[in-house]
Amino acid sequence: MIVAQGKPIAEVAKMIEDANKILVVGCGGCVTVCLAGGEKEVGVLASALRMLRKKEDKPLETVEVTLSRQCDPEYMDQLEKYVADDIDCIVSMACGVGVQFVAERFDKWVVPALDTKFAGGALEHGVWGERCGLCGECVLHKTGGICPIIRCSKSILNGPCGGSQDGKCEINPDVDCAWQLIYDRMKSLGKLDKLLEIEPVKDWSKSRDGGPRKVVREDVMIK
Amino acid sequence: MKSGSRLEKLLNQGEFVVSGEIGPPKHANGEIIREHARKLKDYVDAANLTDNQTAIVRMSSIASAVHVMAEGLEPIVQMTVRDRNRIGIQSDLLGAYSLGVRNVLCLSGDHQSFGNHPTSKNVHDIDSIQLVKALKDMRDEKKFICGEEIKENEPRFFIGAVANPFGDPFEYRVLRLEKKINAGADFIQTQCIFDMERFEKWMEMVRERGLHKRAKIIAGLMPLKSHKAARYMQKYVSGMIVPDEIIERIEKADDPKAEGVELCVEQIKHLQKIEGVAGVHIMAVNWEEIIPTIVEKAGLYPRPKVL
Ligand code: SF4
Ligand code: SF4
Repeated sequence: MIVAQGKPIAEVAKMIEDANKILVVGCGGCVTVCLAGGEKEVGVLASALRMLRKKEDKPLETVEVTLSRQCDPEYMDQLEKYVADDIDCIVSMACGVGVQFVAERFDKWVVPALDTKFAGGALEHGVWGERCGLCGECVLHKTGGICPIIRCSKSILNGPCGGSQDGKCEINPDVDCAWQLIYDRMKSLGKLDKLLEIEPVKDWSKSRDGGPRKVVREDVMIK
Repeated sequence: MKSGSRLEKLLNQGEFVVSGEIGPPKHANGEIIREHARKLKDYVDAANLTDNQTAIVRMSSIASAVHVMAEGLEPIVQMTVRDRNRIGIQSDLLGAYSLGVRNVLCLSGDHQSFGNHPTSKNVHDIDSIQLVKALKDMRDEKKFICGEEIKENEPRFFIGAVANPFGDPFEYRVLRLEKKINAGADFIQTQCIFDMERFEKWMEMVRERGLHKRAKIIAGLMPLKSHKAARYMQKYVSGMIVPDEIIERIEKADDPKAEGVELCVEQIKHLQKIEGVAGVHIMAVNWEEIIPTIVEKAGLYPRPKVL
């Protein structure tokens, strides 16, 4: 899933300082699962903003709604009835995708309440870890299911670098060295010989380096 | 002869080579590099110019190499894959060759979080092994990374790579070295050796796989100025092993610097006896001026001539 984290309340308050009435939109997808932008967080953010503004003697009116997903036009339709004329600003609590879908659809000032972090998953309650760099051409079959693109701090395809020690990455003793993990895994799978092959340079044009990407699936398109 | 560099010729002659290292300055005046080069040129066969080492912005290694050549010393240009993509790297390599550079050392580069621009983007378009292969393909296949032919005047470098016998996973370090040699490395410089036992074990594995016959292995050394520096490296520099005995030895000495020199000389003499070690690379960080003393004391002066 996409893992995101709430921006500091003061930062969001600053973004909406000119607004008298805002629409706070949550998302029932990834950000609900990672406890950043679901129904509960919408309530918390809206009341915090109201309280702040009350203290400043500039009361704020809030409307709260949480969609099943914000990254889908279908759910944008459901949002329509909430986007009234008197809404000065829409605060989206989705990932960056949701924020943009809202902004694309409505002629309103739309601001993000979250920082979108990465594609990852929960490691334990309250801890999420990055797992995929969305490179556009997966190589996990070559590396024992451990991503060298995003879990190695240098995206090395023929690792490890000289900084790997005691299983940790040179950048920080809290970070596992991806190539130590890859080595251990390939060894336990009896596939170490695969690591001896030189992995050729990567085609980054399939990643963000090729410009904004689009997936077109004619087989599922409705003509 | 692949590149015709002095380093390559001496290694082929079977000489025990000595290289030094010069850290370019954090400003735009090359005089300090020239001064180091003048002092080192009779004592080392070539000198590395580091490429923004520890991710701190310094004069470029290629520009520094030009200063070094002007003083009659042969440069080994370090090139990391941290700051440039394959377009920038190949372009810089063409430029370096046109200026007379013949030795290149390929590295990953320290992560930018260590340096003075920790908020920068890192590139890592290609990795160090892919860089070695790119240099080899430019030289031997006359091709750019994209496969396009280099119609004339291809750069013909003597290709260096690094190996760290002290990094983990230890058992894989020799296999990765083999990968680098398969990719095209002609010579290898190792990480600084303090743990001689582990280095010898590593060399044994290198010999078992015959790698010392396929590439020249040059052992890295760092003369210690003080026990504090040693302690710092032991604690904070990952991929380095500094045994306590060494730190204590420097700490107890009346003259720590002299002891550091003494230790380095002992290490050189020991390394000369290890089968498959083709030379030493002395990294005297911020202490370049000590290299002549070490070389002399180790009995490696005067330096051999190219026959
Ligand atoms: S190889 Fe690419 S697609 Fe696969 S996990 Fe890594 S970044 Fe994601
Ligand atoms: S220490 Fe490991 S994870 Fe970190 S940059 Fe080096 S190879 Fe990658």
